[in-house]
Amino acid sequence: MSLQAFFRQLGRDLVTQKLRTFLTVFGITWGTVAVSLLLAFGLGLQRQQTRSMAGLGDRIVIAWPSRTSKPWQGVDRGRRILMRGEDILFLERSVPGVAAISPEMSTELKARWGTKVRAVRVSGVWPSYGAMRNMIPQEGGRFIDALDQARRRRVVFVGNEIAGDLFGTQDAVGKVVQLGGSPFTVIGVLQPKEQDSAYSGRDHSKFVIPESTFRALTGRRYLDDFIYKAERPKLNASLTLRIRNTLARRMHFDPSDDQAIQVWDTTEMFQFFDTFMLAFNVFLGVMGLLTLVVGGIGVSNIMNVVVDERTREIGIKMALGAKGRTILLQFLAETLVITAAGGAAGLLLAFGICRGVSHLGLEKTIGNPVLSPGIAILTTVSLGLIGFIAGYFPARDAARLDPVVAMKV
Amino acid sequence: MNWPFAQRDNGAPEGTNGRIIEMRGIQKVYDTGKIQVEALRGIDLTVERGEFVAVVGPSGSGKSTLLNLLGCLDTPTEGKYLLAGEPVAGMDRDGLAEVRNRRVGFVFQNFNLLPQLSALENVEMPMLFGGVPSRQRRERARKLLEQVGLGDRVEHKPTELSGGQMQRVAVARALAMEPDLILADEPTGNLDTASGSDVLSLLTELWRGGATLVVVTHDTALAERAPRIVEMRDGRIVDR
Repeated sequence: MSLQAFFRQLGRDLVTQKLRTFLTVFGITWGTVAVSLLLAFGLGLQRQQTRSMAGLGDRIVIAWPSRTSKPWQGVDRGRRILMRGEDILFLERSVPGVAAISPEMSTELKARWGTKVRAVRVSGVWPSYGAMRNMIPQEGGRFIDALDQARRRRVVFVGNEIAGDLFGTQDAVGKVVQLGGSPFTVIGVLQPKEQDSAYSGRDHSKFVIPESTFRALTGRRYLDDFIYKAERPKLNASLTLRIRNTLARRMHFDPSDDQAIQVWDTTEMFQFFDTFMLAFNVFLGVMGLLTLVVGGIGVSNIMNVVVDERTREIGIKMALGAKGRTILLQFLAETLVITAAGGAAGLLLAFGICRGVSHLGLEKTIGNPVLSPGIAILTTVSLGLIGFIAGYFPARDAARLDPVVAMKV
Repeated sequence: MNWPFAQRDNGAPEGTNGRIIEMRGIQKVYDTGKIQVEALRGIDLTVERGEFVAVVGPSGSGKSTLLNLLGCLDTPTEGKYLLAGEPVAGMDRDGLAEVRNRRVGFVFQNFNLLPQLSALENVEMPMLFGGVPSRQRRERARKLLEQVGLGDRVEHKPTELSGGQMQRVAVARALAMEPDLILADEPTGNLDTASGSDVLSLLTELWRGGATLVVVTHDTALAERAPRIVEMRDGRIVDR
């Protein structure tokens, strides 16, 4: 049959049974929407959660020097480990594989601007802290830099909410605030970010100043914690081991004592979450796929009916010399056209729904669904496979008809 | 008139001695599980190129079975069958389809035209399966329809044609692949006397043009036109 005749035949088949056609195409459309939307929502949720987990830091390790839990070299357990900035400098220089590291000291201080006075959490850190903790300045500002640290400048990087609280709608950068009685120049404001976990207050309400300035201002010598990361997230665990061993030698504690320095490796959280989301997405995908399979069964039934109705035609064609392959291809192609039509409608619909949901402002809770190319390809491949299987068996039955019997129908 | 087979080099295919049909000891048994029905019990039949043979006999005598075997729609249980010199008895389905396409033109009692296609497309159908390029297909189909007197009906659907016209479309379709053999199964069975005799004249004309014609019929008028009559009874050919 020529292509033109094929489409005419297909059109006739589809039009003579409008309801049946509609239900078939609808079944496939529905299945496609189910697969692609479920996966799109899953991906949206995953991206949203990953983004807000990254609010704390991009796969960093946070370490707190605390007390020994094992006796070592004649000293009983319970000894406090006290660390200073130079210990961090030593780690940076002597431990291989440190991509970034920064000490952190923090306390609560009074901040005053004009008549407004607020108690603010203040952290003293090194410049590398900003990138590690995803503290990105808004336009027109900057984070603490090496010169600030070296010269003990009285500069402050402020969280976006506390900035709004103190300065209102005014541009905070360049303003001078009183912090612990000393004047500090605001050099930058935090760009708003999602953050779902923290260890010393949310970044949006914090002040960050150079560690050197912090020490001068408060007279403190020992740091509260330090954060670091390896070149790649996978290397964090081994880096932590090297850092613990180095510190054990330097600070004289048992290297197997995991309480002397307490560690929170946030990559574990990411790993857990990635695994969880993978399982979740597989679950969603399977649910959607089952819906699609049900649609495919519908198509297969329809094609069985079509083959039945056209048995005589098939017999005649065979008598005129049509080979089994020709008949098979004809019915298979019809099924694939139905599937493709339903699938295209489904993908368009899913795409539209994704766009619509993005405007509902649900981003912070469930994230915006993302119909990624990967999802589209996966859906298309599933559709093609299901269409092929749905069409193959009726088409094979058609191709196996005996022309003598078929013509007598 | 110029019929397609007349235009061809009329030399017989090699090794056939001009024989289109050569059947030796053909048996056909339908095995329905418990009962075995012997439809044909040893048929020997030879038809030379250019013959016009009428096959007659009562219902159940095996005429239709014989026709199905002759047209390669079915395979014999036993025996040897050479169609234009080609042994077809043991062929698979696709092989048989190809032989039908190239060598046999069918004319059926109930026309067996595809109702959704135009007369032209119906005639094109065998050429489509035979892989004839579309322009050639179109040209030849148009010419054949003109030759059967339907030049002004090419775009009509079968439902828009009379019975006689439909059968003439079917004859044109049978000629499309320039077959060695034209098989007609009660070609006038569904027609009134006038269109029946029309179709009969057309078939006779084909034969005069060089066609080899085997017609299965009850119609005495048709059978009497044939120079050779083969009578069947109980799955055997009987002498007259």
